[in-house]
Amino acid sequence: MSEPDELVRVEHVTFSYNTLPVLEDISFSIYRGDFLSVIGPNGSGKTTLIKIILGLLKPSRGAVSIMGRPVAEFRDWSKVGYVPQKATHIDPFFPASVREVVAMALLSTRSPFSKSRRDTDRQVMEALRKVAMESSRNAAIGSLSGGQQQRVMIARALVTSPEILLLDEPTTGVDLETQHLFYEMLHELNDRQRITIVLITHDIGVVNRHVKKVACLNQQLIYHGTHKEFCQSEAFKILIAEGHIVSHSH
Amino acid sequence: MGMEALLGYGFLQRALLAGLFVAFACAILGLFLVLRRDAMIGHGLSHVTFGGVALGLFLNLLPLVAALAVTVLASLAIMKLRQKAGLHGDTAIGILSSVGMALGVALATLAGRFNVDLLSYLFGDILAISPAEVGLSVALAAAAVALIFANYHKLMYATFDREAARASGVRVARLDLLLTVLTSVTVVLGMKVVGILMVTALLVIPAAAGLQLAANFKQALVISAVTAAFSVAAGLAASFSLDLPAAATIVLIAFVVFGAFFAARQMRR
Repeated sequence: MSEPDELVRVEHVTFSYNTLPVLEDISFSIYRGDFLSVIGPNGSGKTTLIKIILGLLKPSRGAVSIMGRPVAEFRDWSKVGYVPQKATHIDPFFPASVREVVAMALLSTRSPFSKSRRDTDRQVMEALRKVAMESSRNAAIGSLSGGQQQRVMIARALVTSPEILLLDEPTTGVDLETQHLFYEMLHELNDRQRITIVLITHDIGVVNRHVKKVACLNQQLIYHGTHKEFCQSEAFKILIAEGHIVSHSH
Repeated sequence: MGMEALLGYGFLQRALLAGLFVAFACAILGLFLVLRRDAMIGHGLSHVTFGGVALGLFLNLLPLVAALAVTVLASLAIMKLRQKAGLHGDTAIGILSSVGMALGVALATLAGRFNVDLLSYLFGDILAISPAEVGLSVALAAAAVALIFANYHKLMYATFDREAARASGVRVARLDLLLTVLTSVTVVLGMKVVGILMVTALLVIPAAAGLQLAANFKQALVISAVTAAFSVAAGLAASFSLDLPAAATIVLIAFVVFGAFFAARQMRR
C-alpha cells in the first residue's frame, strides 16, 4: 500500500538494451513536494529511468507505480508533465504557433467536442503566464530562442495541471543566464504551487539553490538523499573529480 | 471556354467531383506525412498499387478494389518490417515497392494485358472515371478526412513530439496504423486522378506549398487543401481547353502554385 504522499515508487528496476546493462536494481520513491535532481555520468541510465517511470520503456525486472497504481494501469497522465531532452531540438519549420503547441497536450487526450474553445484558451494562457511567455502566444515555435522554446515546453507540460513534472536535461544548449532564470521558475513552481519536480541534469551547481533531494545514478543508485548530504559525500567528490558531473555556480 | 460551360459535360462533372475529394484527402494527409518525414511512403505504396491493379486485371476483378486490398496489406507489411525486422522505413518501403512493381509486370505479362488499360492507371485517366468509381472515391476520401479530423489533435501532437505525446497517454502506435492505412487508401484513390507515377505529387506538393506560407498548423492545412483543390479544378479546365493530359496538367499547376508560394516566402524574409 502506498503512503498517501508517495507519487512514484521504483522497486528493484533493472533494464538492459539488448545485452547491455543500463540499470541494475534501482529502488527509491518520489514524494509530493519533492524537488529531486537525478544526476550521473553520460550513459548512467538517467533518461532510461525517466522513460521507465513514464511507461515508455518496460523494465526487464522490477516495477514502477505512479500514485499507487502500476504504471501499465495508470491512465491519468494529465497529472504527470514531461519535458523530454530533445525539446531543444524542435523542428524550426514545424508550422505551429506557441498557443497550438501548448494546447496539444490539453486537447490530445480529449474528444474534439469535450472542451469549449474559451476554456482551452484560458488554460493555455494560464500555463503561458506561469512561464512568462503569454506575449508570444501567436509566434511560430520555430522562431523562438532555445530558452524561450524550453519555456513553451514547460507550459505544455503544465497546461494539464500536473502534480509532478519530469524534465530531462531541459537546459541543454541554453546559456547560463537563461538557465538561472529557468531554474528560478522551477523553484517557484515547486515552492508556491507545490508541483513535485524531477530534474535530470549533469550540472549540480546550477540547481544547488533549489533541489531538495538528489538521486545519483551510475547503472546502480549510488546515492539517494538530501542535496546537502550529497555534496559532502564521497560519491559527489568522485563524480566531480572524474568530470562526470559539473558544478557551475551563480 | 468558361468553367460553367465545361461543367456542362457529365464526364467533367464526375472528374471534378472525384478529383476535389481525393485531392483534399491527399493534401490533409500529406501535411502529416511531410512533417513526419514519411512522404516517400506514398511513393512506395504507389508502386505497390501497380501490382494491385495488375492482379485485378489478371483475376478479372475491379482493379480499384484489388489495388485497395493489395496496397493496404502492403502498408501493414511495411509497418511490420519497420517494427520487427530492425529495418529503417525507407528500406522497408524500398523492398515492398520493388516487389509490387515486379508483381505488376509479371502478372500483366501473364494476363496479356500490358496495354492501354494498365497505362491509364500508370498515367491517370480521371476523365474516364465511372460513376461507380466516383462514388467509391468520394466516400473513401470523405471517410479518410473525417478520421483525420477526429484524431486531429493527437496526430498533431504525435507529429510534433512523438515521445511527449506517448508520455501524455496518446497511443501513437494506433495513430501510425491509422496514417499508414489512410495513406494506402488515398494513394489508390489518387491513382485514378493523376496516375500511379504522379500520385506522390498530390500528397507532397500541396503540403509543401502550405508550409511555405503558414504561420500555424491550421493555416498549413487550409493552404494545402486549397492548393490541392485549385490544382485539380484549374488542371481539368486547362487540360480540356488546351488538349493536354489532365494528370500532368494538375501536377504542373500544383508545382506552379508551390513555386509562387516559395517565391512569396523568399520575398517576405
